[in-house]
Amino acid sequence: MGNEQVRESAGARVTIAAERQARSLSQEEYKKTFCDIHPALDSKLAAVESSRCYFCYDAPCMEACPTTINIPEFIRRISTGNRKGAGIEILEANILGGTCARVCPVEVLCEQACVRNKAEDSPVKIGLLQRYATDYIFENKIQPFTRAAASGKTVAIVGAGPAGLSCAHQLSKLGHDVEIFEAKPKAGGLNEYGIAAYKMLENFAQREVDFLLGIGGIKIHNGKGLGTGVTLPELRKSYDAVFLATGLAGVNALQLVGEQLPGVINAVDYISTLRQTKNYSDLKIGKKVVVIGGGNTAIDIAIQSKSLGAEDVTLVYRRSASDMSATSYEQELAQTHGVTLRYWSKPVAINGDEKGVQSVVFEKTLKNVKGELEGTGEKFTLYADMVFKAVGQVLVPALLGEGAELLKISKGKIEVNAQKETSVAGVYAGGDCIAHKEDLTVVAVQDGKLAALAIHEKLTGRKLGLTGGKING
Amino acid sequence: MADLRCNVAGIKSPNPFWLASAPPTDKKYNVVRAFQAGWGGVVWKTLGEDPPVVNVSSRYGALEYNGQKMMGFNNIELISDRPLEVNLREIKETKREWPDRAVIVSLMVPCEEDAWKNILKRVEDTGADGIELNFGCPHGMSERGMGAAVGQVPEYVEMVTKWCKTYSRMPVIVKLTPNISDVRKPARAAHGGGADAVSLINTINSITRVDLDLMAPEPVVDGKGTHGGYCGPAVKPIALNMVAEIARDPITRGLPISGIGGISNWRDAAEFIALGSHSVQVCTAAMHYGFKIVSDMVDGLNHFMDEKGYAKLSDFIGKAVPNVTDWQQLNLNFKTIAHINQDHCIQCGLCYIACEDTSHQSITASRVNGQRKYEIIDQECVGCNLCYHVCPAPGAITMMNQKATLPYLNWTKHPHNPMRVK
Ligand SMILES: Cc1cc2nc3c(=O)[nH]c(=O)nc-3n(C[C@H](O)[C@H](O)[C@H](O)COP(=O)(O)OP(=O)(O)OC[C@H]3O[C@@H](n4cnc5c(N)ncnc54)[C@H](O)[C@@H]3O)c2cc1C
Ligand SMILES: Cc1cc2nc3c(=O)[nH]c(=O)nc-3n(C[C@H](O)[C@H](O)[C@H](O)COP(=O)(O)O)c2cc1C
Ligand code: SF4
Repeated sequence: MGNEQVRESAGARVTIAAERQARSLSQEEYKKTFCDIHPALDSKLAAVESSRCYFCYDAPCMEACPTTINIPEFIRRISTGNRKGAGIEILEANILGGTCARVCPVEVLCEQACVRNKAEDSPVKIGLLQRYATDYIFENKIQPFTRAAASGKTVAIVGAGPAGLSCAHQLSKLGHDVEIFEAKPKAGGLNEYGIAAYKMLENFAQREVDFLLGIGGIKIHNGKGLGTGVTLPELRKSYDAVFLATGLAGVNALQLVGEQLPGVINAVDYISTLRQTKNYSDLKIGKKVVVIGGGNTAIDIAIQSKSLGAEDVTLVYRRSASDMSATSYEQELAQTHGVTLRYWSKPVAINGDEKGVQSVVFEKTLKNVKGELEGTGEKFTLYADMVFKAVGQVLVPALLGEGAELLKISKGKIEVNAQKETSVAGVYAGGDCIAHKEDLTVVAVQDGKLAALAIHEKLTGRKLGLTGGKING
Repeated sequence: MADLRCNVAGIKSPNPFWLASAPPTDKKYNVVRAFQAGWGGVVWKTLGEDPPVVNVSSRYGALEYNGQKMMGFNNIELISDRPLEVNLREIKETKREWPDRAVIVSLMVPCEEDAWKNILKRVEDTGADGIELNFGCPHGMSERGMGAAVGQVPEYVEMVTKWCKTYSRMPVIVKLTPNISDVRKPARAAHGGGADAVSLINTINSITRVDLDLMAPEPVVDGKGTHGGYCGPAVKPIALNMVAEIARDPITRGLPISGIGGISNWRDAAEFIALGSHSVQVCTAAMHYGFKIVSDMVDGLNHFMDEKGYAKLSDFIGKAVPNVTDWQQLNLNFKTIAHINQDHCIQCGLCYIACEDTSHQSITASRVNGQRKYEIIDQECVGCNLCYHVCPAPGAITMMNQKATLPYLNWTKHPHNPMRVK
């Protein structure tokens, strides 16, 4: 698949004939369809849930958390009424613990590892407890962090998403000044522009950014970035180190005839617009929606299409349910929201006219003896007023501007060593723009933290280890 | 962050959390791990004379309550079963390596002056910060005239305490047994003997469970069992009361206390401190979860103190003591009544049946449009709190203090009291 050179959206341009649009819902209805997917625990529920934790030794949940939050410890703190201490314990290992509590696929991370699964198939609700603890810090405007003595060093960070923000906070804590260059008008990265709306209510992404910046020493230049105002060589010259956390600005294309038809939209662009919309009735959504893809983004756009009022939403994936990068929990979530899931089918043509897309033709697939995906020749057509493409985001090195060609790219991602340093000395990278098994917020946060550790060592010659998820010293 | 440094009769530690004399403090290996985890001090597992005691196999019983393991815990272990020499050497090494932590040595030797004189000298040589006299062990040792057999006789307590003060420069903490009807008596005796502090409680005589197949009490040793010492969360109320009694007794008031009994978290510790404890000691909770529980104890106490504006421990040590009084001093004209918040009520009916069957018939049970509804009859409610305690839905029942209509009146002046002061 080739890359469509799409810059991060300035908003999805949606043209769709009025008669093919689903009717707008009332504000009351939107409130319901976009309500919190996992409502917060109140103190009673938190007490009950925290008492279920066994306080395991060498706890498997902790190991399953990419940021190694000391989960038994923070849960014990909740159970003893030390909610503040619980929140701080989390944020020390994961400064975006608030977002992670809302968006982590806990069913494949911490909660999957809970020993309670073995006896009763019902893990401690770690994600919700994490939210309960961190909310206390935000609600009470507690600033638990202070900065070490000024080092006199300044680090440039490109991208204010989870990776960039995490790195910035750690560096600031360690006494370095940070300047972030962020192409978009707001900080937060996909927390602000990508994650499903029903996971991040009440402007949480910005509240969290405000909390994070509360430590001081971090300056964000919005609307400025690599390729838009600054270049990598300039940053290298003017700063003591550079951390690249640009995420993935490009999207894969299907490379099908009809892909350019009105109504065929990149899911991430649409979601980005959706996340910034004050009034959901301003958004156009088709009556019949077809989503192509098998990841988080596909699930999110399918559910949110339903939430906006689409009548029929079908998500089509070319392989099996278990091959999908969206977890089985997420697939079920889509189904309970009324999304039809179809597997083993790939799109072969998109039909329509100048007024817009009308249908998508799919061919059934199977895995041949060599394990490769193969079309069976059998076809079917799905009528569609709107088609969302959610077949993966990609790094587009060319978008990183002049001088970025020095960066070694392998398998489409920026190559880094164990210290998160790129092929260019003094330039580090983390988050979605480097290779992982799976791109997740929590993984990006960990990258930022590790990069900060490495940068600190490079700038000061002092090596700081980690105890669990926390940086020593 | 609050200052958690603690000082009990000159024994100093960075925080008030000590491990009680028991298996967690039986050897250097454990104690070093405890210090690494952040414990402020330890009372070494009780030392006795050689030859060391011999322990049985199968040693612990426990009370599990509604799924909570080890609500109560009991043991039939004796004092340290390792040679005295080994213990003393390890104590010395530990104290040298961890100078900022409190290392206190628990002792139990026969009730003879020479026996105490001899061991005291050897303990002093280790550089330990103080000693704790184990007058509390309720099993095994008392049969040999030690432990609780001493602790239950105030004259012995005073005598041995005096010997220790005579033959040692170290601060002396007397550990009291709860297996006695009035804990103030041995406390006063310890005070009279010159004790620098008291610690309490040791374990309570108990049988946790009878195995109905073996027809023997747990823990079963080759078909037989014996009463053991009870501890863990279940004993906390008993310990708190005993601590309070000593804290407010005119004779022992001001005597530093090291509180022990069922302490599992910072909140339990804060309660002991509020009732006059200068430090707290923990055994069962550490045995249940490991040494890492101290992390929340330190952190939680810190946040609690910050929130309340207590800069150092002494700002709230004993702060609740003036509010512990005798029953006859309580205001008989004070009234509180239960209130049911219908929004939180889950309609289980437990409050109703508790009050109806066993209390004051002050709750009505009705059906409104087919829905169960429970309401308090304000005029009937005596404010006993029973409904509040049985209610499983937090926030559904609150006790509402009523505006005073009559002035303070206690039993000593009440018209119903035939012996009232007029
Ligand atoms: C629709 C969607 C839903 C998702 N849902 C989940 C979920 O539920 N749970 C989960 O764990 N993960 C989810 N993810 C993945 C998660 O959002 C990412 O893994 C995470 O945001 C990566 O963080 P990052 O900092 O690397 O990149 P990003 O969050 O993408 O942030 C990169 C930042 O860099 C800026 N930038 C890019 N290029 C430049 C440049 N040249 N100059 C300056 N600034 C630049 C961008 O504007 C952006 O602010 C989802 C992803 C998508 C797309
Ligand atoms: C297994 C076990 C052994 C104990 N051994 C001693 C001992 O040798 N000396 C002593 O003074 N107390 C001993 N104790 C009592 C404890 O020090 C402590 O007073 C008691 O357990 C109450 O505290 P807790 O509720 O935190 O366990 C022992 C307790 C247990 C559980
Ligand atoms: S804890 Fe278990 S394994 Fe260890 S000594 Fe006791 S019975 Fe044996």
